Amino acid sequence: MLNENKGAKVNILVPVLSVVLGLILGAIIMLAFGYDPMAGYQAMLRGAFGSPFYIGEMLRYASPLIVIGLGFSVANTAGFFNIGVAGQVLLGWLCSVWVAISFPNWPGYLLLPISVLAGVAAGALWAGIAGFLRAYFNTSEVIVTIMLNYTALYTTNYLVRNVLTDSADTTPPIPKQASLRADWLSNISGGSRLNMGIFISLILIVVVMILMQKTTLGYEIRSVGMNTFASRYAGMNTKQNIILSMVISGGLAGLGGVMEGLGTFENIFVQGAMPALGYDGMAVALLGLSSPAGILFAALLFAILKIGGTSMPLGSGVPTEVVDIVIASIIFFVGANYLIRFFIDKRARANVKKGGAE
Amino acid sequence: MPETNYVIEMLGITKQFGDFKANDNINLKVKKGEIHALLGENGAGKSTLMNILSGLLEPTSGEIRVNGEKVDISSPGVADKLGIGMVHQHFMLVDKFTVTENIILGSEKTKAGFLDKKEAQKEIKALSERYGLFVDPTARVEAISVGMQQRVEILKTLYRGTDILILDEPTAVLTPQEITELMEIMHSLTKEGKSIIIITHKLEEIKQVADQCTVIRRGQSIDTVEVAETSSQQLADMMVGRSVTFKVPKEEAQPKETVLSIQDLTVKESRGLEAVKHFNLDIHAGEIVGIAGVDGNGQSELIQAITGLTKVESGTITLNSKNITNLPPRKITEAGVGHIPEDRQKYGLILPMTLYENISLQEYYKEPFSKNGILNGNAMKKNARKLIDEFDVRTQNEYNTASSLSGGNQQKAIIAREVSRDPDLLIAAQPTRGLDVGAIEYIHKRLIEHRDHGKAVLLMSFELDEIMNVSDRIVVMFEGEIAGIVDPKDVTQQELGLLMAGSSVEKAKAMADQDGGKESANVK
Repeated sequence: MLNENKGAKVNILVPVLSVVLGLILGAIIMLAFGYDPMAGYQAMLRGAFGSPFYIGEMLRYASPLIVIGLGFSVANTAGFFNIGVAGQVLLGWLCSVWVAISFPNWPGYLLLPISVLAGVAAGALWAGIAGFLRAYFNTSEVIVTIMLNYTALYTTNYLVRNVLTDSADTTPPIPKQASLRADWLSNISGGSRLNMGIFISLILIVVVMILMQKTTLGYEIRSVGMNTFASRYAGMNTKQNIILSMVISGGLAGLGGVMEGLGTFENIFVQGAMPALGYDGMAVALLGLSSPAGILFAALLFAILKIGGTSMPLGSGVPTEVVDIVIASIIFFVGANYLIRFFIDKRARANVKKGGAE
Repeated sequence: MPETNYVIEMLGITKQFGDFKANDNINLKVKKGEIHALLGENGAGKSTLMNILSGLLEPTSGEIRVNGEKVDISSPGVADKLGIGMVHQHFMLVDKFTVTENIILGSEKTKAGFLDKKEAQKEIKALSERYGLFVDPTARVEAISVGMQQRVEILKTLYRGTDILILDEPTAVLTPQEITELMEIMHSLTKEGKSIIIITHKLEEIKQVADQCTVIRRGQSIDTVEVAETSSQQLADMMVGRSVTFKVPKEEAQPKETVLSIQDLTVKESRGLEAVKHFNLDIHAGEIVGIAGVDGNGQSELIQAITGLTKVESGTITLNSKNITNLPPRKITEAGVGHIPEDRQKYGLILPMTLYENISLQEYYKEPFSKNGILNGNAMKKNARKLIDEFDVRTQNEYNTASSLSGGNQQKAIIAREVSRDPDLLIAAQPTRGLDVGAIEYIHKRLIEHRDHGKAVLLMSFELDEIMNVSDRIVVMFEGEIAGIVDPKDVTQQELGLLMAGSSVEKAKAMADQDGGKESANVK
């Protein structure tokens, strides 16, 4: 009762403190390398908010992060660590572009939704494999999805080089009618790559919130995640719920890839490593404490750091490498929130003891 | 050293959490070499008091004296040094470690930097022989019985030189035989000059083992009494604050048509051994059938098979002449089975979820609680509020998580959910485990009421009193088979005990008669 109120406060306090501590550490690092942290952070803010173009790019970067974070959180709520979101993002990206460039003569109202769905289905299927193995053979979804990540990466590169192109590194651009970009969005954002993805993401925040809190499916996913035994006792089909939660998770991650393929880049190219978006999406979900509203704020924060960070070398002279260290240290503190939680708890305990002695 | 008879004196102890006083000016005095019982309902403040004594909590005010000297027990380490050791209700053992490793954990003996397990084993052996605490020092904790795990916990404290031993609800997890053994151990400990504080709400145990008893109600100490001069009824009334009945009065059963019919049922447990063997039983509307037996004789598997949580190997289970063998749990629930599960926290509730979500667990997918896959939160909450009220679940409101409720209220919430669906067959497995007399009385009333509504009730319990008081017919299970079916009116606890140990009905009666009045006097 009393504790629960406190718990809610701590839950908000922890991510906020993580970010503040991360910024302080970043400042110390900049100082240590001989750069002015104030100038650095000012450049970062200008790089994220300084003009319509920067704001557009920042929101463009946040769009896929939001859906990917939502995807990770759905599996997480059901008790699974879907570390394979990066692979699901990549396949979503690949399949949406593949479909789009395969049928250049289709009208937009057909081609765009089908390309989007192809990407979503690819991510869903990929995660579904891990869900199926988990449900029926109790295989660790962590190991399976890590392995599926590699499979996704090299399959994609092979297909780009050998099937989608003739030994080229990049596919031709997708037909205009399959793009998620809109002229009016580019115009108001100074020609940025901002696209319809942002609206899809904002809608999905609400959809996932309703799905998890207001539907029987969400209720079952939460139950299975918190207590499989009681869920089975209550007659829920736990196997089906495990698979479904992974399918939804992968579908959302795949949609993040679609936004890259049909929005940001309008093509796909050979990847040197797993898309960083996948891992950032996981960090976003964890920072947002797996709640849709939290994920929105976390995704915006990541976008500000990443997009704003690109302006730091020019705006303040802080070199790219140091910028990356600063961003990494902020994310480090976010990831290490258990540490912060530990100190908050310890202080609370100390206070109780003091209060007791009076 | 000041002259005193007392090893422990807790004077005017108050512990405040926010506005709530868990302990309010409590006094507790324990003499050397005595067994002192601390009696109180769930949530009366017993555990808080003992956590203060063992250094886990600090009192808001009050004084503690050990052997007459004022002490400040600011941490468990200080309690350790003062010779105060506590065995918690939920054991604090490392499953993968051996008995020896667990006992020495935290005070390991070393030789040149290496663990000296041989020496430790010798010491443990000496200790265990001295106090009759039989353990296997090389066995892994995960492989030994609950009773032995408890002995390991006691040895752990003795190994650290404990003089004052606190046992928190020590019998809650034990079988009747293990309880008897524990009581012998307690006596041999006090003979050696140790003092014991036992936290419990089981009156018969206090009568059997304790010298003094301090009763706590709603955070206040009510009285300290000589156990030998106080009756169980007096103790119970002091604890609850009103007059309670141990045996809920009930009419003669009026059994009608068969509700559940089990034929030639065989169930295997997880390791593939037959836990239930060719089992036959009919349960009728309007009767309560009690399943008695020592833990591990197939009772749990039988219930899991009826409710669809375990696969049936062979045989059939029929409910209202519908075959429900191996149907999925939901189909069985919908066929008219209510199930109060044995492990309420593992199966009965989803602890981190709110109370209203837990109360909806069996019906969330049906109208009015949802329609076309969309939940109707208001209907769920409204229903929860009604049941919370009707079944007297003590909670702030329906938004509280199940984990925030006390054990008795968690159980009431489950009973509310299962009974309110008015199932033709209500299965109650260990429905009152760990609960105080007030809650037990309430739950027994509800079971009998359900029977009187013309429904069938299957009660599984390890508590002989519960089986004898509530059932209309007792089925004793031994090694997966029926050892006997008896009428509670013409069987003694002793005969039941013998049946549970595998004797036949005739043999049990004969043996019980031979032993004569002495034993039955002991029973009551």
